[in-house]
Amino acid sequence: MTQPNPLFSRRLALLGGAGLLAAPSLARAQAPAPGGTAAAGQVIDITRARTDPIPIALPDFAGSSPAAQQLGQNITKVIANNLRNSGLFRPVERAAYIQTPEAATAAPRFQDWRVIGAQALVTGRAEPQGDRARIEFRLWEVNSEQQLQGTAYTAAANNWRQIAHVISDVIYERMLGEKGYFDTRIVYIAESGPRDRRTRRLAIMDQDGENNRFLTDGSFQALTPRFHPNARQIAFMSYYNNQPRVYLFDLNSGRQEVLGNFQGMTLSPRFSPDGRSVVLSSARGGDANIYVVDLASRRERQLTSGGGLDVSPCYSPDGSQIVFNSDRGGDQQLYVMDANGGGARRISFGNGRYATPVWSPRGDLIAFTRMSGGRFSIGVMRPDGSGERILSEGWGMEGPTFAPNGRVLAFYRETPARDARGGGYSARLAMIDIAGFNERQIITPTDATDPNWSPLLSS
Amino acid sequence: MKTKLIGALAAAALLAACASEDTSGAATGAGAAGGAGASGFGAGTIRPGSQEDLVANVGDRVFFATDSSSVSADQRPTLERQAQWLAQYPQAQVMVEGHADERGTREYNLALGQRRANAARDVLVANGVAGGRVSTISYGKDRPAALGSTEDAWAQNRRAVTVVR
Repeated sequence: MTQPNPLFSRRLALLGGAGLLAAPSLARAQAPAPGGTAAAGQVIDITRARTDPIPIALPDFAGSSPAAQQLGQNITKVIANNLRNSGLFRPVERAAYIQTPEAATAAPRFQDWRVIGAQALVTGRAEPQGDRARIEFRLWEVNSEQQLQGTAYTAAANNWRQIAHVISDVIYERMLGEKGYFDTRIVYIAESGPRDRRTRRLAIMDQDGENNRFLTDGSFQALTPRFHPNARQIAFMSYYNNQPRVYLFDLNSGRQEVLGNFQGMTLSPRFSPDGRSVVLSSARGGDANIYVVDLASRRERQLTSGGGLDVSPCYSPDGSQIVFNSDRGGDQQLYVMDANGGGARRISFGNGRYATPVWSPRGDLIAFTRMSGGRFSIGVMRPDGSGERILSEGWGMEGPTFAPNGRVLAFYRETPARDARGGGYSARLAMIDIAGFNERQIITPTDATDPNWSPLLSS
Repeated sequence: MKTKLIGALAAAALLAACASEDTSGAATGAGAAGGAGASGFGAGTIRPGSQEDLVANVGDRVFFATDSSSVSADQRPTLERQAQWLAQYPQAQVMVEGHADERGTREYNLALGQRRANAARDVLVANGVAGGRVSTISYGKDRPAALGSTEDAWAQNRRAVTVVR
């Protein structure tokens, strides 16, 4: 765990179709099998995927002992869950399997998988080796009977979940032609207690809701956590000592420090794409303006000025522009300006008020919260403001955050109180495909708000 | 001293009476604050210059229209009375807490709450309270006073509350 990205040793071997082809020098196993098929490299057709997810067979990874078989089952379950939750894959009903997992791992009988409608087949083997484990897997295209990928991982045994996420990402990328998002975490605010005396703690979990961990003890209110591009540091807003300020949280050490002793409240932090600075809003007097703080020198530079409330700044992935939320024109709208603060122009012109803009890691879209007619919605538009699409709508929702591949948004959804004591109110995390389908709730131990999605951990 | 207190009480009672004729949520909030003060007074434990004193005899909060941070004419008298009360207790330091209702986004509401707290502070200072005695903080939508999801609850939550430190 001394490495910056303490995932697992990447002693990987490329597995050829004919047998084990050792290639220990490979840092990652992204090398495609020779003669890759049509599926690989294809650009995903989201519209088709909605009605026609890829049927994939995932027999349990084989193992030579009961413990190995249990590990194999666990890993297969995580992979199947990831792929199903993406909405782009449909694991084939297991009761239909003809060939046994053990036999399929040795040599797939493609006819048996073709006849039950599987387009892809994943086989694998799990072998615990003391406190480590060796996991190998192969991805097959059933029709062409081609191996698309074969990879072996050696890792600390308690990292088996992460291996399952990495394998899920490899399958996603080989089948859909773009990077996955499964080996990621989500940092969020865990909320509990009555709403007038709410406890709000920093919390972190894997993107599938597992490995939930609370990072602060609730003795002060924490809000709006955001990952550093290296995924090891978090910027957030803390009410420590009843002074609302932007803080930094180090995930390795657990240490917190105030970003700077700036005058007045600082809020809505986000790291720059190069990780060297934090852009935030600072409320001084009645106004709120956007500043950028250099992390090395802790010096601040003011980017906006004037009588409005400017909040929620977010960089474009190339770092050249900043989208933010301002009421300078009378009500809350979205504006884009150059990263040095010049040339602000409004980009939101639909019905209602717009807030919480976030730039897609792909650069092609800005996601936002819209408030209109007493309802809240989550939507996306292009950075010039064109092509607005609403993805989800309800009584209350806000705070979208993109998966690192830009294909999925997480946000939080609220239900109203039914009575004067606040009964019935809830806040829960949700995910939705940017095409607007496959919305589902992420299970958290408590109410949850302010999700922020990490970059890919093993990239 | 005693007469002054009685005078303040009468003013508070008058405010509550006015409020009951008004159907706005803000007025309900004022009434609720008066109610809490009345029970405190009944217990006979109010220390002059304390938060309970402020709540019972002056009113600790003003209310705002949706998305607005300007102190309306009907709210201004509460802050003017707070300024008089602060003149009476020159040792008192206060924190003005700005709040918003739940029908906005978190970050914007934090800034809006700050702007509301500042607007209330400006009225106190304009009425002779030394700026150094009045600090501000915003809780945005995250500390509602009324827990329901109704227009009335939202009106009670769009507020700036003066708290004796």
